[in-house]
Amino acid sequence: MNISNLLTNLNSLLFNILDVLSILLPVLLSVAFMTIIERKQLAAHQRRIGPNTVGYYGVLQPFADALKLILKETIIPSQSNKIIFYLAPVSTLVFSLLGWAVIPFGQGIVISDLTLGVLYTLALSSLGVYGILLAGWSANSKYAFLGSLRSTAAMISYELILSSAILIIILLTGSLNYITIIEIQQAIWFIVPLLPVFIFYFIAVLAETSRTPFDLQEAESELVAGFFTEHSSVPFVFFFLGEYSSIVLFSCITAIFFLGGYNIPEIFINETIINVQAIVLGFKTCIFTFFFVWFRATLPRLRYDQLIELCWLNLLPVAVAFIILIPSILITFEISPY
Amino acid sequence: MFPRARLAVGLQRRIVLAPRHNSVQAPLVARRLISNSSCTNAQHSHRHQLDELSSAIDERKSHAAHLRPREFDEKGNELNPYRNGPSALDKAVHLFFFTEIIRGMWIVLEQFFRPPYTIMYPFEKGPLSPRFRGEHALRRYPSGEERCIACKLCEAICPAQAITIESEARLDGSRKTTKYDIDMTKCIYCGFCQEACPVDAIVETQNQEFSTETREELLYNKEKLLANGDRAEAEIAANLHSDHVYR
Repeated sequence: MNISNLLTNLNSLLFNILDVLSILLPVLLSVAFMTIIERKQLAAHQRRIGPNTVGYYGVLQPFADALKLILKETIIPSQSNKIIFYLAPVSTLVFSLLGWAVIPFGQGIVISDLTLGVLYTLALSSLGVYGILLAGWSANSKYAFLGSLRSTAAMISYELILSSAILIIILLTGSLNYITIIEIQQAIWFIVPLLPVFIFYFIAVLAETSRTPFDLQEAESELVAGFFTEHSSVPFVFFFLGEYSSIVLFSCITAIFFLGGYNIPEIFINETIINVQAIVLGFKTCIFTFFFVWFRATLPRLRYDQLIELCWLNLLPVAVAFIILIPSILITFEISPY
Repeated sequence: MFPRARLAVGLQRRIVLAPRHNSVQAPLVARRLISNSSCTNAQHSHRHQLDELSSAIDERKSHAAHLRPREFDEKGNELNPYRNGPSALDKAVHLFFFTEIIRGMWIVLEQFFRPPYTIMYPFEKGPLSPRFRGEHALRRYPSGEERCIACKLCEAICPAQAITIESEARLDGSRKTTKYDIDMTKCIYCGFCQEACPVDAIVETQNQEFSTETREELLYNKEKLLANGDRAEAEIAANLHSDHVYR
């Protein structure tokens, strides 16, 4: 291998790292701000003010929180499996951040335009269960273990609903590629023809990200803190970041699937230096993050048997019905994309 | 547990368990009357022309009129056990369109756009009653003479035994305290001392911001109490005056 080849390789590696960083840093920032958004919005729903001291309007609160958590003492239970205990939060964060690799932020603005991008996302959300399972098991505490069992069962159940809803979109578009899915929605956003699908898709997303009303894995009143009971300081921050990152990620994916991603009506497209498409996607993502907190402010937590019953006895039949109905319509009217 | 959650989970079981007895049936119907859901309206296409206050009661009455009697076939089986409840279609509509959840979410969204109730405490303060029982003070007469006559009624009545008084006769023959201590860490702010005092000497002011950094600072002596009284005399007098008609 000659030296110029090596240099080219090094150069492309550097650019790859820069690419990743240019997505990762804003994502981490948005995750940080998601925490303050949640607290502020929840406060507004409850007619409170929320954090307002750190920085103007409390915008620097997430950084103060992060600093506080990092400065705390890391406590590791002596009976725990230390390697897995550390691996669990890291894997949770990494798996939820990896999901951003296939998100197109605008025409041609994507780290890797995978042909099977949707499949990749689904695979990652399945892998997310491992972090929870490992955390609960490695801590060697019954509270963490119970929390992780609940979490895992709920996430595996709702994975099914989520995949079914996404399968319907794949049937409509005939592609697993995010950009194709977005381009097809130039005619109409999928939320209009697929409103019922959107409803059970969003229920599944709430359960996948373990948010209210399905947040019983970290039910404060019952399980202390669920699967990360024993995690403190930096490992806890990792879980926290992973959780909120998956909220933002799923909001973004929902925006891509149902609100046409970065699509905007043609009249608004301009050739100026500002990338309107990315801003549009951000705005659509914000709509769904609002929904997340709105649901949290409204709904009480489901009982565990209700959670599982809702999934297997109510949502799954509906999902299967739609999986049969939509292709039937496509074939009947001969509008199938294949 | 939660009606909304139950709605989301499914109503099939409730449809199957339809009321068999009137005693079971009555609360079911009554609960449905309170709701403004469309299934109630569907049964009453003729809306009553009544003001809002009495309409609920009236609707209840009209519902009683709608209750159909139980009918049995020759074997003694009930013909239609579901005759008075909501129809399956009504229930299905409520279930599949998340009507109750949407109503709840609308209420929460309404609150989102309303101003918060928060009082930014150290910067703004809520109103205090003239009867508010805060930090204690010993008052003086306008001449500067202390009011306290060392009758020790406050010491006697104090349920927390926070007050300690010692007294002796002064040269002019009047009995005055030589020691008047209140342990503010014991005090429960019941206001009995103020009520017991025959000369309105010991009072509780509206001041509630007297936290200290050491415990010793909360063991008040006579000088501290008199100083409190001197500082807040105008306020104390105004509060006592505003409240005197009720005493």
